[in-house]
This record gives sequence, C-alpha cells and structure tokens, in this order.
Amino acid sequence: MTRPLLLVLAGLVTAGVVACGGNPQPATPAPQANADSIAAAEKARQDSIAAAEAAARAREEAERVARQRTADSLAALGRGTEAVRTMLATMIHFDFDKSNIRSDDAGTLDQKVGILQANSNAHIRIAGHCDERGSDEYNLALGNRRATAAKQYLVSHGIDGGRIETQSFGKERPLDPGHNEEAWSKNRRDEFDITSGGDALRQP
Amino acid sequence: MRRKDGRTEGRKLCWAAVGCLLTLSVLPSFRLSAQDTSAIDRGVRIGIVYRPGVRPGVVLLPDRSTALDSVRAILARDLDYSDRFELITLPGGDSIRVSAPAAARAPGARTTAGARAHTGGEAAGLNYPLYQALGADFAIALAAVRDTTQVTIHDVTAGAVRRLLKARLPTATSSQFRMAVHRLADKIVEATLGTAGTAATRVLFVMDGKLYQIDSDGAGFKEILSTKGRAILSPVWDRDGRRIAYMEFWSGHGQLFVQDAATGRRRAVTDGATLDFTPVFSPDGKGLTFSRAIEEGTDVYTFNLRDNCCLQRLTVGRFSDNLSPAYSPDGQRIAFVSTRPGLPQIYVMAADGTDEQLFAPFDYGVTGSSNAPDWSPDGQSVAFHRDVAGTLQVFVLDVRTRTVRQLTSLGRNEDPTWAPDSRHVAFVSDRSGYRQLWVIDMETGRIRPLLQQSGVRLPAWSPRLPETEQSTP
Repeated sequence: MTRPLLLVLAGLVTAGVVACGGNPQPATPAPQANADSIAAAEKARQDSIAAAEAAARAREEAERVARQRTADSLAALGRGTEAVRTMLATMIHFDFDKSNIRSDDAGTLDQKVGILQANSNAHIRIAGHCDERGSDEYNLALGNRRATAAKQYLVSHGIDGGRIETQSFGKERPLDPGHNEEAWSKNRRDEFDITSGGDALRQP
Repeated sequence: MRRKDGRTEGRKLCWAAVGCLLTLSVLPSFRLSAQDTSAIDRGVRIGIVYRPGVRPGVVLLPDRSTALDSVRAILARDLDYSDRFELITLPGGDSIRVSAPAAARAPGARTTAGARAHTGGEAAGLNYPLYQALGADFAIALAAVRDTTQVTIHDVTAGAVRRLLKARLPTATSSQFRMAVHRLADKIVEATLGTAGTAATRVLFVMDGKLYQIDSDGAGFKEILSTKGRAILSPVWDRDGRRIAYMEFWSGHGQLFVQDAATGRRRAVTDGATLDFTPVFSPDGKGLTFSRAIEEGTDVYTFNLRDNCCLQRLTVGRFSDNLSPAYSPDGQRIAFVSTRPGLPQIYVMAADGTDEQLFAPFDYGVTGSSNAPDWSPDGQSVAFHRDVAGTLQVFVLDVRTRTVRQLTSLGRNEDPTWAPDSRHVAFVSDRSGYRQLWVIDMETGRIRPLLQQSGVRLPAWSPRLPETEQSTP
C-alpha cells in the first residue's frame, strides 16, 4: 500500500520540479519526502472528512427520527381510525334465498353497535347483495331485505335509524366471480360503508 | 317429432315416385293419389284449421329469376320458425322445374292477372297433384311485377289459388327491408291458416348493462342504448309496440324510463331516489306499473303516464315483498311475485290491488322459488320460472285450470317472454354452456337458438310491430 503512495508522491515532487524548471535550482538534492508526516496529514484530512460526514449523518438521523416521531403519532391516530373502520366494514353473510341475520353474524353487528355508539357523528350505508343463482329481478328485492335486516338489528340495539341508509345491488356486483358454493356464500352479503363522520373514529 | 320423421320418409318415397311419373307423364293425378301414403292425414287437414301435431305442408316455389331470392329465403325461414308448417324443400332447388306440362288441367276459375304473373311466365298451370304428392297443402309463388312483389298462395288440396298478396317492399339495402318481408310472411300465415304469424316482431334484451334488440328470426342484432355508469335492466314493450320501458340501475338506485321505439326519445318516469324496477305498461297504455323497494319492503305501484301523476300503491306487504307485475291482456288482473309464503311464489290480484290470491299452486316447503311471470297475449297462460333442484326451469300456468307444467329441463332456463301468438316463448338458457336466447314452441316442443351471443338477460318479446312506413299498396 505504501509503495505506490510513495511513488506517487515522488512523482508529484518531480513534476513540481519540472514545472518550476524556468528557474533552475542549484543542484540541491530533492527534499526527501517524509513518508510518516505525509501519511499523518492524509489521515488527519480523512478523519476530518469522516467526522463531517458523521455529523451530517447524525443530523439527518435526528431529522429522520423527528419526522418518524411525527409520522408515528399521526399513524397511531390513523391506525385507531383504520382499525375501527375495518371493524365497521366487516361484512355479514346470508343463507341462500334468506335475509335473516345468522347467529354467527350477531357478534359482528354487536361490534358495529358499539362503534356507532362511540362515534355518534358516524353515518353508515348498508348494501345488500345476492349470489347469481336467484332470479335477476327478485334479487333486487332480496338484497333490499338483507340490507334492511341488518339495519333493523342495529336500530333495535339503540342506533338511530336516521344514521343508517340501505340499498340493494341484487346480484349485480358479485365479490367473487366464481360459480360454486364458495363464491356464492361470499356473495350473499351485506357491505357496510361510512358515509359521513368517519375521519377520526374512536374505539368503542 | 316421430310423426315428422315418418312424413319425411314418406316424402322420400314420394320423390322416387315423382321421378318415375315425370318420365312417364301419364295420368299423374291417378297414380299419385294411389301412391300417397299420407292421404288420410291430408284428409284431416282439408279444413285448414290448425291442429297441433298435424302441420300443413308448404312449398315455396323456385323461380328462374334471382331477384326475389333474398325475399324467398327470409320468407322460408319465417314460415319454418312459425312452426305451423311442414316446409317442403324441392330437391335440386332451382335446377328442377317442377311445373306440369299439362297446364290445361288448371280450372278456368284462375284467370286473375296475379295468377298469370307469377313464377316467370309459368302461368296459372300449377301441377297440383304433383305438389300434393310431395305433401304440400300450400304452394307459394313469388313474382316481381314492376315495383310490387306479388305472392300467390295456391291451395294445393283444393287445386286453386287461395289468395294473392301484393306488397311494395323497400330495396334490399333498406333498413326497413327485412321487417317488410317479415310482415309479408305474417300475411301468408294469416292467408293460409287464418291466424297471423309473429315474424314481424323483435326481442329486447340486456347484455353487459346495455339494451339490445334482435328480430324474431335472429337477424338485426342491434344496440339500442347504453348509459355510462348505469346498467339497463328489465326492458318491456307496450301493447302496440310503439313504446318501451326499462330501468336504469346504479348504486342501489333504480330509475324508470319510457322510450319511443321509433325515435329513441325518452323520458324519466321516476326520479331514481328509490329502487324502482320491473316496469310494465298497463294494457290500455295509460299506466306504468312497477316494483319499488324501500326500507319497509318491496311493493307494486302504478303511475299514471297519461296525466303524469297519481302514484298509487297496489300491494301492502308489511313483512313480505311483492314485485314483478304482469297484466292480463284485458287489463283486469295482475300476476305478481309475493314472498308471503316465505319463498317467492306467483300470486294474482285485481288491477286495483284487491282480491290477492295464490295463482300458481306449489307445495309448501317443497317447491322452490317462483319468479318472473309473463301473461300470454291470449290470456290463457302465465309463463314463469321456478327453482328446481338448485337451478331454474320455465313453467307455464294454465289460467283456467290453475295447473302448471314444466316446459324446460336441460340446463338453467329463465325469464320467459311470450310471442304475440301465445305459443312461442323466448327465454334465457345456459344449455349450450353459455347464457343465450332460445325460443320454444309450446305446440311442437321445438327449441331453437335465437341469438348466439352469450351473457344475455331479461328478454322481452314485442307485439306485432306497427308499420312505420307504407309498404302495402
């Protein structure tokens, strides 16, 4: 490592001598480069660069941490809202050609009751959907039944009916395009959307 | 079908005989009647009263001129699709001239100009015994006389010209051409059997949320309407074929429109704030009756189109849904779907909403959902579809006896719609693997595809369509 460096330094000195060649010096011997001092200078120089870089990094890190802290606190807020929103959007499902609330879905609706009670500004829309097996036109009525069945459940648990809008999509918007019971059971559903008052939702 | 095959066989035998007779050309009438194996059938058919299972034979006479080939082809298909005739095709087509040299045998009664004019100067002499031997009850000759198309209908059994029809057809390139020929076909059916055909009709249907129409013979596939962001559903015709109604659906909203069939001009009947669907015109054309879904449930309402007012609720279903109204042709009654027994079934009520009662009988807890009723134009039947073993099948209710019979069994079959003859029903079926339009003839059981496109929904067969321009001199 040191050999090439020395050669380079020697070269530089020689070049300097040649450049100043207009004024020929007496044949004083070229000063011997002190390898140790050059290396030390170089090291110091590099150390200072590293220090500056480190400082910059530290500054950046500090800024990043600060930003992260802000973001984290925002995200924490959002996460709360998002979690509640997800809970509120949890779908419920129906048996074929039926619009009664299944017992395994009562818990899902109870959760929505809690959320709607904790967030009295929130208004929701319930959309009833059907699978492809039933009649096209009848499914519009069935989807309407499914949406109103969920609304009635919420209202009977103390939620103001004026906060809940219902609509039917019949079989016009399947979630799963498949043609089997797995797809059909997914498609026989109520979807829940927040129509207003959903910017900051509190946990129940 | 067995009978038909038998007759076809018989005709093949006849052809062998005809070949000999044409060569011999001696006293053909005597020999032919001796050879004819379907003489008894023909004896029954002399009254020309249509009887199911016994279809009169008809032959469309070929012509040297090719001018009327497209007319002849459309007519032949229309007569075939009417399912009222046994269509007889002449072997060899135009190359065989099956005219009799013995024109002198023609009775002197046929001296009209029309009879002389037909089929390229063959004149009145039609070899009736020959066509009789082929199984024909009617022979139809086409001729172009200046700008008029003349149709001579020969009653082969009676050995005389039965009717001469004249029609001024638009040029073959005109958009009115096919429908004008279809009208001519319907007149031929009327002249021969006394009841008009249904060739001059169309079927509306929905595909990918757009509204389409197709002629009764499967031609004329055409998009009528598409609305951005909205799906069109449940098209329906008014009784005179001049207006259509349909629903536009978006995000749980259903808005009803009435549209002029000729101009395409339309107006909204409801405001789209609620979910309004399955519109149907009252037979007098004054009202639009439909289903409206609100939080209390779905019920049947009627709106006065003429005075643009007076929304009236016809059913009050508290804990059940009532929907899909279908008027009897006299306008006195409405068949509809009600979920009062739990699953949807077919009910009937007076047009004012009173006297509701079960219409199509069902076994409680056994019979599947029944939907989409359509009352036949003759008032005698109501077609609907019913869930059988997890799929849908088309059924027909006999209004008088209140008995139902299943019309289909292959694949899923739904949304039946009556042709104006009350014997053909169009419906959606996936029997081919795709959801396509099919037509079944109630009398013969013959089923034919109407349209090869897939993804078809909610067909509505028109009444006999009014003439939009003068085509009969």
